[in-house]
Amino acid sequence: MCGIAGLIHRGKSSGVGSEMTSMLTALKHRGPDSTGFAIYGEPNAGDYVMRFKVAEQEDMASGYDMGEKIAARIAEVEKRLGEHKAAIKSRDEVTPYAMRYVISHDGDTEAMARYIEDVEGTEILSLGNALELIKDLGDANVVADQYGLRDFKGTHGIGHTRMATESDVDIRSAHPYWAFPYNDVAVVHNGQITNYWLKRRQMEKKGHRFMSSCDSELLAVYTADNLANGATLEDSLKASIEEIDGVFTYLVATKDSLGMAKDTMAAKPLVLYESDDMIAMASEEVAIRAILPQEIDTYDPYDEEIRVWKA
Amino acid sequence: MESMSVMAEDMGYDPRAGQTRDEKEGTTQEDRARDLGMMSEQLKNRSMEVFFEVGEDENLTYPWAADVDFNKRTELNCEGKTTTEVNKDINGLMEEGYGTIVLQNPRGMHSVGVGILNKLNLIVEGSIGYFGVGLIDGPNVRINGRVGWSCGENMMSGTVVIEKNAGSTFGAAMRGGDLVCKGSVGSRTGIDQKGGTIIVGGDTGAFSGFMMQRGRMVVCGNAGKNLGDSMYDGTIYVGGEVKDYGVDAIPAELTDLDKAWLTRKLTQYDLMPEKGVDHFTKIVAGKQLWNYDNLEPNEKKLIL
Repeated sequence: MCGIAGLIHRGKSSGVGSEMTSMLTALKHRGPDSTGFAIYGEPNAGDYVMRFKVAEQEDMASGYDMGEKIAARIAEVEKRLGEHKAAIKSRDEVTPYAMRYVISHDGDTEAMARYIEDVEGTEILSLGNALELIKDLGDANVVADQYGLRDFKGTHGIGHTRMATESDVDIRSAHPYWAFPYNDVAVVHNGQITNYWLKRRQMEKKGHRFMSSCDSELLAVYTADNLANGATLEDSLKASIEEIDGVFTYLVATKDSLGMAKDTMAAKPLVLYESDDMIAMASEEVAIRAILPQEIDTYDPYDEEIRVWKA
Repeated sequence: MESMSVMAEDMGYDPRAGQTRDEKEGTTQEDRARDLGMMSEQLKNRSMEVFFEVGEDENLTYPWAADVDFNKRTELNCEGKTTTEVNKDINGLMEEGYGTIVLQNPRGMHSVGVGILNKLNLIVEGSIGYFGVGLIDGPNVRINGRVGWSCGENMMSGTVVIEKNAGSTFGAAMRGGDLVCKGSVGSRTGIDQKGGTIIVGGDTGAFSGFMMQRGRMVVCGNAGKNLGDSMYDGTIYVGGEVKDYGVDAIPAELTDLDKAWLTRKLTQYDLMPEKGVDHFTKIVAGKQLWNYDNLEPNEKKLIL
């Protein structure tokens, strides 16, 4: 089933960390397996926030020397950052296997990211000037507390509660997906994509990387491919209605925008609230009411509808 | 041998005394079954339970329906309650004779008011989530906010009026009563509708009236693609534009009887368009899909 939610404040920062936590907690019944957030702070030009993991949660119980392996992987990541002339400005060990580094770098981030992901067990969850992508097993409260999200201030964010249907319960199959190598682009999805293998073949032939076998990752890769070809976010969302087969509603967030697309069958829900100050959307109204208890007007977008909002 | 005698004791038979436990305690197997909660009613002849007495007057209420007074009004605050608690509280209040119940702070709660089989005025101050007031038979419901997916699903009688928008599958498999949304609704409105009337003040999404079997649907605004796809019977009226028709849904002549009915219904719910109802399009089943399996392959091709 899965639950998705998104929130964008127009022209100001707000407590998106706690707001997204409240929204995703209200959607827990749609997916208890894992929870993920892509939240956007004030962009800091020149500095990148890189969130990466060097192991899965389940690996932590898999051997007596896991701690040593993790230390060795982190050392290797840092060595490779150095080789790409990236200076580490701060290190934050959020969990034993998930790190948050602030780095300064002015070279080719894609080449650097590919080099780092070549380290065993390592996946860059996000890289960008504003994006913080956090995902782990458990419900929204567990993940928010584990990663200290409640105090996070920012302009917008998207999130996901996952009910695993077609791939494993692990971090690599959890949403959101970063649209590698596009800084600050993240995707969450509710639905099933039926031409996944066909499109994956096309994307892999073009050189795109997949880190999981979760069909939702395709939307991140597909969006990245469209952006690489000069498409706007709106173009990409519009094209996906024709080119992606299946039932889906998905949200894409960039450094300063938030977009949504609904498939031709309109089979996956989304409820929208729009005001001059903010736009909130979720699989169910109950998530919007978690942050806006007063009486408000909401509506369901129709089939093949796409929308893009600016922060 | 020891273990066998223990087993026999467990089964209520004491080989040493030559008596069963029932014989010793003066009980029956049925008494013990009832003590264990396995039998809740006495079986009588061919019928398990008798609901109606031979001599009673004909009426349209369920035997367990509470006798409520519409003038007896109360409020029920949903804050901090689960759906089950709210629905149980509604039942409890009806049993106490309250005929008008105002729900406060529902905040998008799912399955509110499902299965009310009683006369009742239910007023919802706010919005509710999925499956709101489904399976109802009798109550008049007014919802001042919006509703999520599948509102009024399988409703059998009564009226439901929603002041704002509604989600998809509005009135799915509905059998009777009036289900009214003054705003716009999502996709698949009235899918599998089997009776009653659905009225939408605004627009409806794709696949509305899919496999409709009976009843009427009125859409004052526009209808999305595939309207009335594979409908068996029933009538759809659309005041705005129809994006496209589904298989076997065809426009029909709007008669004076249709206009009179539309005028009466839309006036009743304060949705009468300023320009009247003459511009409405009437859509019915072409009935080509009936006995589909008996058609020749080339005829099937023509239909599809």
